[in-house]
Amino acid sequence: MVKANRVPVRGQDPAERVTNFNEVSYGYNSSEAVLEASRCIQCKNPRCVAGCPVSIQIPTFIKAILDGNMAQAATIIAADSSLPAICGRVCPQEVQCEGACILGIKHQPISIGKLERYVADWAKENQFSTAVKPKPNGKKVAIIGSGPAGLACATDLARAGCEVTIFEALHKPGGVLVYGIPEFRLPKEAVVEYEIGQLQKMGVKIECNVVVGRTVTIDQLFEKEGFHAVFIGTGAGLPKFLNIPGENFNGVVSANEFLTRSNLMAAYSPDSDTPIYVGRRVTVVGGGNVAMDAARTALRLGAEVTVVYRRTEKEMPARIEEVHHAKEEGVVFQLLSNPVAVLGNEKGWVTGLKCVRMELGEPDESGRRRPVEVAGSAFDIPCDVAIIALGTNSNPLLGRTTPGLEMNRHNGVVADENGLTSRPGVFAGGDVVTGAATVILAMGAGRKAAKSILEFLKI
Amino acid sequence: MYSILKKRFLAPDICQMEVLAPRIASSAQPGQFLIVRVDDMGERVPLTICDYDSVTGSVTIVTQQVGASSRKICALEEGDAFTDFAGPLGMPSDFIHEKEEVLQGKKYLFIAGGLGTAPVYPQVKYLHKKGAHVEVIIGAKTRNLVIMEEEMRQVAREVYVCTDDGSYGFKGLVTAKLKELMDSGHTYDQAVAIGPMIMMKFVTLTAKEYNLPLTVSLNTLMVDGTGMCGACRVTVGGQTKFACVDGPEFDAYQVDFDEAMRRQGMYKPQEQEADHKCNIGLRNG
Ligand SMILES: Cc1cc2nc3c(=O)[nH]c(=O)nc-3n(C[C@H](O)[C@H](O)[C@H](O)COP(=O)(O)OP(=O)(O)OC[C@H]3O[C@@H](n4cnc5c(N)ncnc54)[C@H](O)[C@@H]3O)c2cc1C
Ligand SMILES: Cc1cc2nc3c(=O)[nH]c(=O)nc-3n(C[C@H](O)[C@H](O)[C@H](O)COP(=O)(O)OP(=O)(O)OC[C@H]3O[C@@H](n4cnc5c(N)ncnc54)[C@H](O)[C@@H]3O)c2cc1C
Ligand code: SF4
Ligand code: SF4
Ligand code: FES
Repeated sequence: MVKANRVPVRGQDPAERVTNFNEVSYGYNSSEAVLEASRCIQCKNPRCVAGCPVSIQIPTFIKAILDGNMAQAATIIAADSSLPAICGRVCPQEVQCEGACILGIKHQPISIGKLERYVADWAKENQFSTAVKPKPNGKKVAIIGSGPAGLACATDLARAGCEVTIFEALHKPGGVLVYGIPEFRLPKEAVVEYEIGQLQKMGVKIECNVVVGRTVTIDQLFEKEGFHAVFIGTGAGLPKFLNIPGENFNGVVSANEFLTRSNLMAAYSPDSDTPIYVGRRVTVVGGGNVAMDAARTALRLGAEVTVVYRRTEKEMPARIEEVHHAKEEGVVFQLLSNPVAVLGNEKGWVTGLKCVRMELGEPDESGRRRPVEVAGSAFDIPCDVAIIALGTNSNPLLGRTTPGLEMNRHNGVVADENGLTSRPGVFAGGDVVTGAATVILAMGAGRKAAKSILEFLKI
Repeated sequence: MYSILKKRFLAPDICQMEVLAPRIASSAQPGQFLIVRVDDMGERVPLTICDYDSVTGSVTIVTQQVGASSRKICALEEGDAFTDFAGPLGMPSDFIHEKEEVLQGKKYLFIAGGLGTAPVYPQVKYLHKKGAHVEVIIGAKTRNLVIMEEEMRQVAREVYVCTDDGSYGFKGLVTAKLKELMDSGHTYDQAVAIGPMIMMKFVTLTAKEYNLPLTVSLNTLMVDGTGMCGACRVTVGGQTKFACVDGPEFDAYQVDFDEAMRRQGMYKPQEQEADHKCNIGLRNG
């Protein structure tokens, strides 16, 4: 039997897309979706479901697509995920659902993410909503942070009838979905704002510009504002630097700064008041999604871009699709290279990175082979801007201002898998607990915490 | 939302506004700042909290027009509103941790350069209320740029005004006045300097000659103001610090001012060009 290949997804041509910030992938249309759905063999013990962190009933929703019953497909997904339009676009499917799909062993796995996105986009276009008008239960819950963890937690609590207020430090809700992941991967208005709008329709209040720990403390939320429970979903937003000489030269920026200027502040648009600088040559240090997003953003802003990563492509934590897209678009990769100093001129501007070559040695605690320096291999990569994308820690603010809240050494909140912290009534989930992870894990943690909160409130 | 209750110009390019922001008004402390946005495409602009009243729910800011964003702020009128007004941000001044009895025996000298008078005011007011002895040097280029002198006289034991051109008060820079005070036998437990980076650098050099403990407030570039981007990083005591969360106030003797001044100018060419309106072009122009 000749096995059918994956239905390819249409998208913008690489030469075209580096000139704009529109979404790269167009997603499936209905006939493509049905064709791809027809490849699924409807396993009795579906490995894909086990590979999905929130156990979406994948074969069942795929079957519904095949049957043309889109409302049912949307309802099945909604039972386990509250942000399918987002996860379908940004989940690292190759290590989750699709990585586990049985067809992938000998051939190509089902494009589960693209199918999920298709269902979610259909639901939006057809204004199909699984939300029910909740009966108020008289309990008030405060959610701190409006990333995927907070949004998912708020959704479930609102559905159960709680009066929910989300407090967000920045001026726009969405967390990394808004300030980190670029428009060309996750359209802000069409996808993120739409999902947040749905939440507001259910009666969830969102108060921006509130930095909990400064504007108001968790204790005050309980004592003065009458909240019965608090969920902390503040993410891990504090950028790490390399701690190498020259790191404070002008032109050396964190990926968070670069992406925030471009995404949250819309600096790529001539209408924005916020400046951004890319120069002619940009070097990005790191190999994760954040590095790919920074590199592809810099490319779109007109620069030649080199990514410097200390291991090989195989070890890169970025989604395969992003690495692939970055290459297609012309990003150059300097693998097995590690910066040891930032070079600068007499005016204090960066002029390049001094790097050394690496080779892979013994595996480290993460199971990946540890890179070791090759003696005498130093070389320079000239650049006008260096973007550091090495990962992030949590903000220490909440720990410092919330007595009795146990924190870990990365300033994260200590919480069990149900979101319980050391303070009764205070729950936490997402990156603030696990360290930088993924949208789907943050969303799943938010939902688990919602369940615990409902138990705590005896609802 | 954050409507402007009162507005007046303190000097030709410096305007003071009282803004309705009850949450900030009841949580602000001396030394902290906030971030404003004028409209949906606006920059996030850090401004010091110059006064706050938890009863009326209002917060006072003082803005100097130096570029596109600050001009937009000063163009707003009473009845208009800010799109965003977030804070209070940063660490409060160290002295708020001191007991009243301790502060009562202390002598402070504040050195304000230009607009720096505005951020100095809430600190002087706080210390005065706690019974500390406070003196203030206010420096400005010329007479009509001296701001808030009257308010300051209400809360400070002594106010020394200096102008560069001698059009009012002492003729000379604040560093000259500082020298004069120290040489004539004045003593202080602690000094605080707030103003342009270059002024703070020279005040630091002068204060050092007298071993005068000195705090400065660093007005670095900022984006989020919550510790998320690192745009505000400064080297203090050989270590990288984020001015928005670790500061904005630091021990003056530990600050690398030359680096801080250089970093402040990072976006200068873009800011100068057509008031920001030419950020950068996309590839296809
Ligand atoms: C550039 C980039 C690309 C990524 N790409 C992917 C991808 O392709 N796929 C994927 O699965 N994951 C990706 N991730 C990771 C993913 O986005 C995160 O794991 C996820 O967003 C974490 O969700 P969260 O809700 O825990 O926190 P966040 O999304 O970080 O949201 C936290 C929110 O809390 C707010 N906050 C913080 N402190 C306070 C406070 N004191 N008071 C009030 N509000 C506060 C913050 O401003 C923020 O809005 C990426 C991350 C980045 C940075
Ligand atoms: C903690 C903190 C508190 C502040 N408090 C006040 C305040 O109370 N009142 C007030 O008017 N300003 C204050 N500032 C400075 C204010 O944020 C900037 O002046 C403002 O961002 C300038 O924006 P602009 O678009 O108008 O000017 P731009 O076009 O950005 O800049 C115009 C010129 O000013 C210079 N400049 C830009 N930013 C700064 C800065 N932070 N400090 C010094 N020079 C700068 C630029 O290099 C350029 O030469 C504070 C800054 C910080 C970090
Ligand atoms: S949520 Fe993510 S992992 Fe789960 S099925 Fe969807 S794309 Fe796959
Ligand atoms: S493992 Fe693959 S083929 Fe089997 S049910 Fe899941 S998606 Fe379908
Ligand atoms: S302004 Fe972004 S970290 Fe300080």
